[in-house]
Amino acid sequence: MGNYLLSRLLGALLVVLGVVCLVFLLIHLVPGDPVEVMLGESAQAADREALRVALGLDQPILLQLVHYFEGLLQGDLGTSLHSRRPIATILVERFPATLELAGMALLFAIVIALPMGVMAATHRGKAMDYGAMSFSLLGISIPNFWMGPMLILVFSLWLGWTPVSGREGWASFILPSITLGTALAAVLARMVRSSLLEVLGEDFVRTARAKGLPEWQVIWRHALGNAWLPVITLLGLQLGALLGGAVITETIFSWPGIGSLMIESIQKRDYPVVQGCVLLISVSYVLVNTLTDLFYAWIDPRIRMGKER
Amino acid sequence: MTRFGRMLSLLVLFLWGLAALLAPALPLHPEQIDLQQILTGPNEAAWLGSDDLGRSIFDRLVMGARTSFSVAIGVVVISAIIGTLLGAFAGYTGGMADQVLIRVIDIFLAFPGILLAIALAGVMGPGMDNVIIALSVVGWVGYARLARAQVLSLKQRDHVAAAIALGTGRVTIVLRHLLPLIASPLIVEATFGIASMVIAEAGLSFLGLGVQPPEASWGSMIRDGARYMLIAPHMVLAPGIAVMMVVLAVNLLGDRLRDYMDVRILRPGHAPVSPSRGP
Repeated sequence: MGNYLLSRLLGALLVVLGVVCLVFLLIHLVPGDPVEVMLGESAQAADREALRVALGLDQPILLQLVHYFEGLLQGDLGTSLHSRRPIATILVERFPATLELAGMALLFAIVIALPMGVMAATHRGKAMDYGAMSFSLLGISIPNFWMGPMLILVFSLWLGWTPVSGREGWASFILPSITLGTALAAVLARMVRSSLLEVLGEDFVRTARAKGLPEWQVIWRHALGNAWLPVITLLGLQLGALLGGAVITETIFSWPGIGSLMIESIQKRDYPVVQGCVLLISVSYVLVNTLTDLFYAWIDPRIRMGKER
Repeated sequence: MTRFGRMLSLLVLFLWGLAALLAPALPLHPEQIDLQQILTGPNEAAWLGSDDLGRSIFDRLVMGARTSFSVAIGVVVISAIIGTLLGAFAGYTGGMADQVLIRVIDIFLAFPGILLAIALAGVMGPGMDNVIIALSVVGWVGYARLARAQVLSLKQRDHVAAAIALGTGRVTIVLRHLLPLIASPLIVEATFGIASMVIAEAGLSFLGLGVQPPEASWGSMIRDGARYMLIAPHMVLAPGIAVMMVVLAVNLLGDRLRDYMDVRILRPGHAPVSPSRGP
C-alpha cells in the first residue's frame, strides 16, 4: 500500500504542477497586449506600466512562472484588478457556496439514481427498466442551461414554490441542485443498473436466495454491497463534471460560488481572478480523484497489488 | 431501441443538417428587426413566434443550427485529427514520447468538463473561431487516449511485424497499417463528440462567450429567452427543444453505433461501461 500511495500522490503532484503551468499561461493567451485589454484603451500609460509591473508581465516568461509558483506556495494568488482585494481571500469566501451546491446535487443524484438503478436491474427488460433508462437518456441529453430556466419558469414563476435565484434558506437549494444533479443522476442510474446486473449473476447471490432470505435483503445487502465499488469510481470522476457544470448552474441562479465568480471576472476582464477560479476548481478535482483512487485501493487489494495502466 | 426511434433520430439529424447547410440559400431574415412583432407568440407569419426585437425565432433557429453544426463538426474534425495522430504515434513509438503524452493527457483531464474551454474562450474573447479553438484544446484528449490504447493493443500484430520486416517506415505503418484498424472506435467517439460539442457550444454561447449578436446561436437564444420567460416562454422553449432533439438523436444513434461496432471505449470523464451479464 505504501508504494501505491506514494506513486499515486506523486502522480497527482505532477498533474497539479502541469495544471498550474497551463493556468499561468492563460493570461498570455489574451490577444494583443493583456494590460491594454484589462484596462481598456483609454488608460494612462503610467497606469498600464504599473499594472504590467504588478502582474510581472515586464519580466521574462520563465521568471514570471517561477514567481507565480513562489506566490502559490505562500498562498498568494495575486490581487483582483477590479476589487483590489487578494484573490485567495475572495476564493475562500466563495468556495463554500460551490461546495454546498455540489454536495446537494450529489445527494440529489444518489437519492434518485440508487432506487432507479436497482429497480431497473431487478425488473430487467420490463417496463420499469425501459422507463428508468429512458429517463437516464433524457437526463443526459437535457443541457443544464436549458433545464435551469425551465425549472425557474415552472416552480418559481408559475407555481411560486421556490425562489428564482440567490442562496437564502433551504428552498433556494432545490432548483440549483436538481439542475446540476440531473445529468449525474442519469449516468449514475445506468452504472448502478449495469453493476448490479453483473453481481446478480454471482454464486453468493444464489446462495443468499437459497438460504431463503427475503428478496429485498438479497438485493440491498448482499448484491448492492458488492456492486457499489465501480459506482464509487464513477462518482469520483463525475464529481469533476459537477464542479465544471457548477459554472453554468451558478450563473443561472446567481449562486454566489466560484463558478459565477469566474464568469463575472471574465466579463470584467479580471483575468487573475479567472486564473484563480480555474486553479481552485481543477486542483479540487485532482484531489477528489486521487482520494477516490486511494479509497478504492484501500477497499480492493487487487488494485494496489496490481500494476496500474 | 426500436427501429422507429432510430429512423426518427436519423430524420431529426438529417433535417437539422440540411437546414444548417442550406440556411444561407433559404429566404430567411434572422436579423430583421420588426418592432410590431416584439415577443409575439407563434402565428402564421412566424411559426415559432418572435423574440424581444421582433425577429423570427424560426429563422434564427435555422441559422443557429448552422452555427451549432459548424462549430461541432469543426471541433470534432480538428480534435480527432490532432488527437488521433498524437495518440497513434506516441502509442506506436513508445518510450519517452509516450510517457510525455500520458502526462500531458493527465494534465488536460484535470480540468473538469468544459471549464478549460470556458476559461480559454473567456480570455481569448468571443467569436466562432475562438470557440472552435477553445473546444478543440479540450477535445483532442479523448481521441489521443483512445487512439493510443488501440494502437498499443494492435502494434504486436503479425501484419505490423511483416511491415517492419519489409522495411516500411514508421509513418507509413501508423497511417496505412494501424489507422484503418482503429477507425471504428474513433468514429463512435466522434459521433458522441458531435453531441457533446453541440451542448458545449450552446453552453459557451449561453454564458456570452460564443458567437456575438446579432448572429444567432441556440445557446444565446436560450439566454435571451430566459429574460422574457414569463411573458414569452416560446423564446426559451424553441431553442432548448432544438438542442435537446439533436443531442437525444445523436445519443440514441451513438448507442446503437457502439453496439453495432461492439467496442469498449474509454471516454474522458466516463468510466468504462462493463457489459452487463444477465441474472
